Amino acid sequence: MLDDFFVRAALAGVGVALAAGPLGSFVVWRRMAYFGDATSHAAILGVAMALGFSSSVFLGTLVAALGMALLVNMLSHKGHSMDTALGVLAHSALALGLVAISFIQGVRVDLSAYLFGDILAVSRLDLLVIWSGALVVTGLLYWRWSALLTATLNRDLAQASGINPRREELVLTLALALVVAVAIKVVGALLIAAMLIIPAAAARGFARTPEHMAIGAIVFGAASALAGLGMSLWLDTPAGPSIVAAAAAFFATSLGRRKA
Amino acid sequence: MSLISAKDVTVCYDAAPVLSHVNFSIESGEIVTVVGPNGSGKSTLLRTLLGVLTPSKGTVTPKPGLSVGYVPQRLSVDTSMPITVSRFLSLPHKKSDAEQSHALERVGVQGFETRQMVDLSGGQFQRVLLARALLAKPDILILDEPTQGLDQPGVAAFYRLIEDVRNETGCAVLLVSHDLHVVMSASDRVICLNGHICCEGAPTVVSETPEYRALFGLGTQGALALYQHAHDHVHDGDCDHHDHAHEDHANA
Repeated sequence: MLDDFFVRAALAGVGVALAAGPLGSFVVWRRMAYFGDATSHAAILGVAMALGFSSSVFLGTLVAALGMALLVNMLSHKGHSMDTALGVLAHSALALGLVAISFIQGVRVDLSAYLFGDILAVSRLDLLVIWSGALVVTGLLYWRWSALLTATLNRDLAQASGINPRREELVLTLALALVVAVAIKVVGALLIAAMLIIPAAAARGFARTPEHMAIGAIVFGAASALAGLGMSLWLDTPAGPSIVAAAAAFFATSLGRRKA
Repeated sequence: MSLISAKDVTVCYDAAPVLSHVNFSIESGEIVTVVGPNGSGKSTLLRTLLGVLTPSKGTVTPKPGLSVGYVPQRLSVDTSMPITVSRFLSLPHKKSDAEQSHALERVGVQGFETRQMVDLSGGQFQRVLLARALLAKPDILILDEPTQGLDQPGVAAFYRLIEDVRNETGCAVLLVSHDLHVVMSASDRVICLNGHICCEGAPTVVSETPEYRALFGLGTQGALALYQHAHDHVHDGDCDHHDHAHEDHANA
């Protein structure tokens, strides 16, 4: 079954959706959309590092995303307005990454694979990495779920219940870096943030509790991956952008369904 | 031992002291009201006692195993988060339906379990916050300006509720109020704060006097009292705006 590239691609998409759904819900609740952008754009810098040091791309993107996520997390505690700082960091990381890749000798790099994903070329090993990463992230969020929710609602309330809100933010930061590292192959650095936010936003309209929203986001994410792949196959469109376009279509149909 | 005690606590934001040399403790079953003008460090004191802020100098010692029920000044539920009252009450620990319904009934919002938090009015929201705090079976309830935005009968009703809860459960209550003069009559102590503790004393219960009735009208049923400030010091420099002539009110 895994011999079929389309089956592998579908499994990869569903794997990413599994992790991106609950994490994306937190990104939406905490208004961290730009945080997701900065972290995923840093992944391109990670790709450059990986190619430069001939290490695995997964490792490179993980390190770069983690570094960026920690940096942004630290800056957000300085209490300054984050908008400009995040904009500077996100786009500089992307630009520096692209510049750095151009310097790498002797490797023919298909840049668009990293920018927009290359889900149809997912190998068995990629699949293993994606599902391991997705399960780690989902498990981490499941384990910390109650504490994460409490800290998201109100930091002081969490502290009074014996929860350290900083530790919970670190959990989200780690999870975000991991999702970026596993999702770059599927939707590419430019569209990872879309896979976090759009399915969660679509699920909002149907949900009455945070848990419903997280599960709904997984369902919408997985459905988007399958629909996007189908579209890519039949209309010969690029797979990553097609997946995000499908997610956007789900979001559009969910509008006006916001339950009070 | 005291439930929470603070010893010679100084808290600074960016090197500027917000609280200096504050000594404070609260005993089991006691009701303490903290009053003070805006920016006087009331919330800072609460957040330091909660352990959110670390004092630059001095120590805060909670009793080991202390259970705190906290009602924050503001809790804005982002509209992007769907959450029912019932789910909120179970944060961070699962509470049974029976416990939830009992707590909601206790604070006067029975049957609210399936409502969305974002749909509640200000008064209902405060009561749900209180219900959640009570579900922790607290040794101490800490409330940061819980009556903000309530009208006077609303304030009186809320104070009566807090007093009843204290009488039933024996928990201590630490309450911050921005109203310098009208406090919860059940307060054992009132602390006036303005960067440091300015004065401390019991509120004057004057509910029988005609002046009181003229001031508060009927229907508050003695839940409110006046606090007469007795400041024995003057501030210098930038603290000129601090009003030490509170006594006028009590004599009115």
